[in-house]
Amino acid sequence: MSKLSRIVTRRQVIAGAAVALAISAAPAAAQDTLKIGLVAAMSGQSAKSGEAIVRGLSLAIDEINAKGGVLGKKVALVVRDDESNPAKGVVAARELVQREGVVAFFGGLDTPVSMAIVPFANQAKVPFMGVWAAGTPITKNGASDNYVFRVSAVDELVDVALVDYAVKKYGAKKPGMILINNSWGESNEKGLKAALDAKKIPYAAIEKFETNDVDVVPQLTRLKEAGADALFLVANVAPSAQVVKSLDRMGWNVPIISHWGPSGGRFSELAGASAPKVHFIQTFSFSGNASPKAKAVFAALQKKYPEIKSFADVTPAVGIANAYDGMHLMALAIAKAGSTEGPKVRDAMYAIESYDGLIKSYSKPFSPTKHDALGAGDYIFTQFKGDEILPLTN
Amino acid sequence: MLVTSAILSGLSLGSMYGLIALGFHVTYVVSNTVNFSQGSAMMLGAVLGYTFAVTYGLPVPLAVVLALLLCALFGLVVERVLVRPFAERNSSAWLMATVAGGIVLDNVILFTFGKEPRSLPSSLAVTPVKVFGAGVYPLQLVIPVAGLAIAVALQLAFHRTRLGKALLAVVQNPDAARLMGINVRAAVAGSFALSTVLAGIAGLLIAPLFSVHSEMGTLFGIKAFAVAILGGMTSAWGVMLAGFAYGLIEALVTAFFGSVYTQIVAFSVVIVALALMPNGLLGRAAVKKV
Repeated sequence: MSKLSRIVTRRQVIAGAAVALAISAAPAAAQDTLKIGLVAAMSGQSAKSGEAIVRGLSLAIDEINAKGGVLGKKVALVVRDDESNPAKGVVAARELVQREGVVAFFGGLDTPVSMAIVPFANQAKVPFMGVWAAGTPITKNGASDNYVFRVSAVDELVDVALVDYAVKKYGAKKPGMILINNSWGESNEKGLKAALDAKKIPYAAIEKFETNDVDVVPQLTRLKEAGADALFLVANVAPSAQVVKSLDRMGWNVPIISHWGPSGGRFSELAGASAPKVHFIQTFSFSGNASPKAKAVFAALQKKYPEIKSFADVTPAVGIANAYDGMHLMALAIAKAGSTEGPKVRDAMYAIESYDGLIKSYSKPFSPTKHDALGAGDYIFTQFKGDEILPLTN
Repeated sequence: MLVTSAILSGLSLGSMYGLIALGFHVTYVVSNTVNFSQGSAMMLGAVLGYTFAVTYGLPVPLAVVLALLLCALFGLVVERVLVRPFAERNSSAWLMATVAGGIVLDNVILFTFGKEPRSLPSSLAVTPVKVFGAGVYPLQLVIPVAGLAIAVALQLAFHRTRLGKALLAVVQNPDAARLMGINVRAAVAGSFALSTVLAGIAGLLIAPLFSVHSEMGTLFGIKAFAVAILGGMTSAWGVMLAGFAYGLIEALVTAFFGSVYTQIVAFSVVIVALALMPNGLLGRAAVKKV
């Protein structure tokens, strides 16, 4: 009994001290800084994506603060880990908005997490900017009062771009689909069917496979027998590699046009010598990018993060680039709004005229009917060469 | 082409299921218990193989031996900590304990090895060879041969050697076996070490065809248990045969009907087969002497 009471007392002391600290520290910080939040995977399988987003946001924030900040206040980033778990993402979003009082916040790689946060962002009327997750309904969420924006790829537009590329590059007349058997694969099955339909191109067959399938030869053989002349691939790194290895065994040399799944990890190591055969979509690449802005941003990245030695250390670059442009667009909107109130910032997003960004020069990036700053024309196709992602010229 | 490649895929996958399932068989015939963390033991073999061979750059044979020794150690720990305390009290809690042990191991590996899948290279999985017009890696041909050889060796060891017969005596009557001078505890512990080594071999064999990560064994463990039951638990032959059958069903169903139907048909076949042959393909009904 005495032992228990001692523990409780100690806990109370610690809790009391923490509260006292928070009270004394919070008002001082709130006055001269403007807080921006991030809810992303900082641990687990997708931890690297969270790190990339933090780098992109931090770099943009440094630039903004060097020019005096926004509304005369320095911008500060508050990061919360969602562990790729939708429930944890919502808790983190609530905490950022209600306790930290962020003006706006950013999202991470996982579509399910962002989807869970969307209703809260709209209800709290706090702008929420997606910089990675590509799920179509994140921005097209059906809310009459929509506070969700995105600087990233969008599944339904990616599917249009994949079909365009297959036709233009390979003259595909009857492509097949090899899709991961989950909601991501399903949403792209829908998108690809619609994109093919619009071009009146028939598909050979649609095959699904599991994340832990060792051998995809049976599915691929079916696609081959059905007469597929190109393959659309939608899956994450490891399962995509299984498809490539199975194709190798079959000796089937077919064009593979892929969503950006392979870009997230050690695809070259897993898929082996045939990794470059997969052409996949990205929104940005430092490699082969001649724009002065890209060079300047990469130099700044290396200065801020000395562990970045080469382009291979920032693969995929999409997280950094999307976050960098997203943060600058957000700062422009807040400055334009002249206020930190959500509705005013949201309306100011529509009023941004132009911004010369890292990915492209944005002109009127957002409107009440268009919450996605990037479109099908902004995607680039890339391939792995060693550990580096290189752009392909169409 | 479609049939040949499906058959080759099915045989090499099936022999993996068979190898892991032999692990269930080995502990079952000696102690009437099984280790439900077999899938994790398979993963452990692959992860350790990768760590020794790639991370530390040890020669492959040495890496394999070290990985399998540690797999054996894992089997001994499972038996001592997760099975013996419960089995000795005639409790069936070892069922849950071994499942939990597997989950713990998966997460320890996730934490230490990382969640990023890695690739274990093998010279036998680089250039495909043509067999009846279908391309396979030489490793895919080695796996069924290795699986069959191990099944033969086990069958002979249990029925033709003194040690094997001693092990089988343990399950029939532990008390009598003890009176006859057989070290029952050592026999049971040994069977668990052997079972995790078999799973480790499966993991090492499949790693170059697959990717190495903490969750790679989960599905294999489940399918291997279905295979062990289908094969009849008590017969090494039956278990290996069931492994081949299951792998072939999976590959052929995928080839002819599409991947949507694979799991539905494969597990339905297991259920139907067990309804028709409750003791499995080659298993014998356990005789309860009163």
